[in-house]
Amino acid sequence: MMASTSIPLASGDSAAIRRDQGRYRCEGRWTLAGIETLDAQLQGMPWATGTLQLDGSGIQAIDTTGALQLLNLVAALERDGRRVQLVGLHEEHRELLELVRERRAAAGEPPPTTPPRNRLERLGRWVWHHLRRGGDFLAFVGEAALALGQLIVHPRRFRWRALFGNVETAGIHALPIVALLAFMMGVVIAYQGGRQLEFYGANIFIVELVSLTMLRELAPLITAIIVAGRTGSSYTAQIGTMQVTEEVDALRTIGIPPMNLLVLPKLLALVVALPLLTLFADALSVFGGMVMAQIMLDVSYGDFLDRFPQVVTLTSFLIGIGKAPVFAAIIALVGCYQGFQVRGGADSVGRQTTVSVVQSIFLVIATDAVFSVMLGSVGLWR
Amino acid sequence: MALSMGPAEKVIKISGLRTRFGETIIHDNLDLDISRGEVVALVGGSGSGKTTLVRAVIMLLKPAAGSIKLFGEEIVGIGDGPAFRLRRRFGMLFQQGALFGSLTVRENVAVPLREHTRLPARRIAEIADLKIALAGLPADAGNKLPRELSGGMLKRAALARALALDPALLFLDEPTSGLDPVSAGAFDELVVQLKESLGLTVVMVTHDLDSLWHATDRVAFLGEKRVIGYAPMAELVTAEHPLIRAYFEGPRGRAARGQICTAK
Repeated sequence: MMASTSIPLASGDSAAIRRDQGRYRCEGRWTLAGIETLDAQLQGMPWATGTLQLDGSGIQAIDTTGALQLLNLVAALERDGRRVQLVGLHEEHRELLELVRERRAAAGEPPPTTPPRNRLERLGRWVWHHLRRGGDFLAFVGEAALALGQLIVHPRRFRWRALFGNVETAGIHALPIVALLAFMMGVVIAYQGGRQLEFYGANIFIVELVSLTMLRELAPLITAIIVAGRTGSSYTAQIGTMQVTEEVDALRTIGIPPMNLLVLPKLLALVVALPLLTLFADALSVFGGMVMAQIMLDVSYGDFLDRFPQVVTLTSFLIGIGKAPVFAAIIALVGCYQGFQVRGGADSVGRQTTVSVVQSIFLVIATDAVFSVMLGSVGLWR
Repeated sequence: MALSMGPAEKVIKISGLRTRFGETIIHDNLDLDISRGEVVALVGGSGSGKTTLVRAVIMLLKPAAGSIKLFGEEIVGIGDGPAFRLRRRFGMLFQQGALFGSLTVRENVAVPLREHTRLPARRIAEIADLKIALAGLPADAGNKLPRELSGGMLKRAALARALALDPALLFLDEPTSGLDPVSAGAFDELVVQLKESLGLTVVMVTHDLDSLWHATDRVAFLGEKRVIGYAPMAELVTAEHPLIRAYFEGPRGRAARGQICTAK
């Protein structure tokens, strides 16, 4: 037999095993902090064959993690065909070992993990999932329409207070940011376009450029995007959190359909507020263009305002404003629908809120494109 | 760790504590000592500041005045480094579980292990599985998300996370509320077992009279912004203070005591 193979104890919390005359002495602190060094030691340990004795009398402290290590060690040695005798353990340590052994046995073996799905199956599941989600959304829109129909039959049931509250938060509180961004859009369009017009000496056409671009396309779009980010997301987060805290279920239990209290007031409020915000954005963006025209192109406010009614038809203005309620319905319905899709906890609220904003902005822009094609095909260019 | 901890070592020593939310004073001049290896319950009517006291001790709430010593170290005005090291030494079971919703139970239990140790991932998963088993959950619970668990299982999973670092001190906020009587009894038994085999100190907020009788060494009664009674259960129920009498003299209190007396 060799002289004892000893592994030095590291400073502080450290567990160790020392070979001593055919016995293996466990020493030190078999605790979570102590076992970090143990794995490396066990790697190079020269274990005797046949029966061997593990002496636990040198263990100063042991916790459940240390007990797990010790049990694992014994199990590993026995798997290799050795017989292991665990001797000398303090009474409390033995009890703890017993507790760990018992609890692990009670918990049973973890179930085999399911093999990862192949690519085709994953693609199929992904497509199926999204198709179903699309169908769910259509069902939600249908439900909202039904609830709206019932509201027309029984207008007394409507929650006016919720409607006005939503108009205030979605509309009035959005005025400053809409004003700022619309004004800046007007400035940018006038600045970029103005350079080209100046080159041809066609300065006065800045009026057409700014007014038509803004009134017909950009002001409704910018406003809808701001509102989707500001209000659509808050709808999702609010309904989603209520879903998590079971408030939505509480409403159902009391006999208040969530559709009536949570969705319809938001939908109608946004349908009212978004066209008004768009009108406001129209005014501010044209004003932005006007300021730029005066500074850069020497087109005075007077000239600008003289030309404005001549070149902007009522149709162009109405097309721009007319898109707003449609955008509003998209934003409100997507926002509320995604809120009801929340399952579980905080992470789900975050995920659905992201989905809600991305989807509503995508749908708004896609709808806008459809509008352009449709109106163009019936000859409404001006 | 326990370099010089004798049996009577005070794990928690609170003196002259004052906490408040805005204008409302929750505790005023509160004193409480908890020794190593004790299971202490905090009881008192609703709003008597039981949870607030625990939050102050685990450094989630800054006291307005007074001193709290944790393992002999003053935590009022403690720096970030020492606070981090102290946090390794206690575990907290929150009332609602407070498991991270995006992680599985096993990953939840592994979070403190990953943060505080340098063990390899395989080892951490193994330790996490052990804690899940210790908390009395079946092995397949480890792969589940918290939202897939029932209320009782959620409590156990949260306990597994609280036990992750083998803390010397465990805080339990209403551990048995919402559990069926059998699970609640098993939970109490587990607490006692852990105390005995690990020398764990346990501080629990509870209204469960059975837990108070079966699992605790001493019970601290909070009222009038301080501790108005601090004694083993059998002694506390005989206290003269009107708040304590009102608490334990109700039909439920009598029933729980009756059971104990007949059992003995």
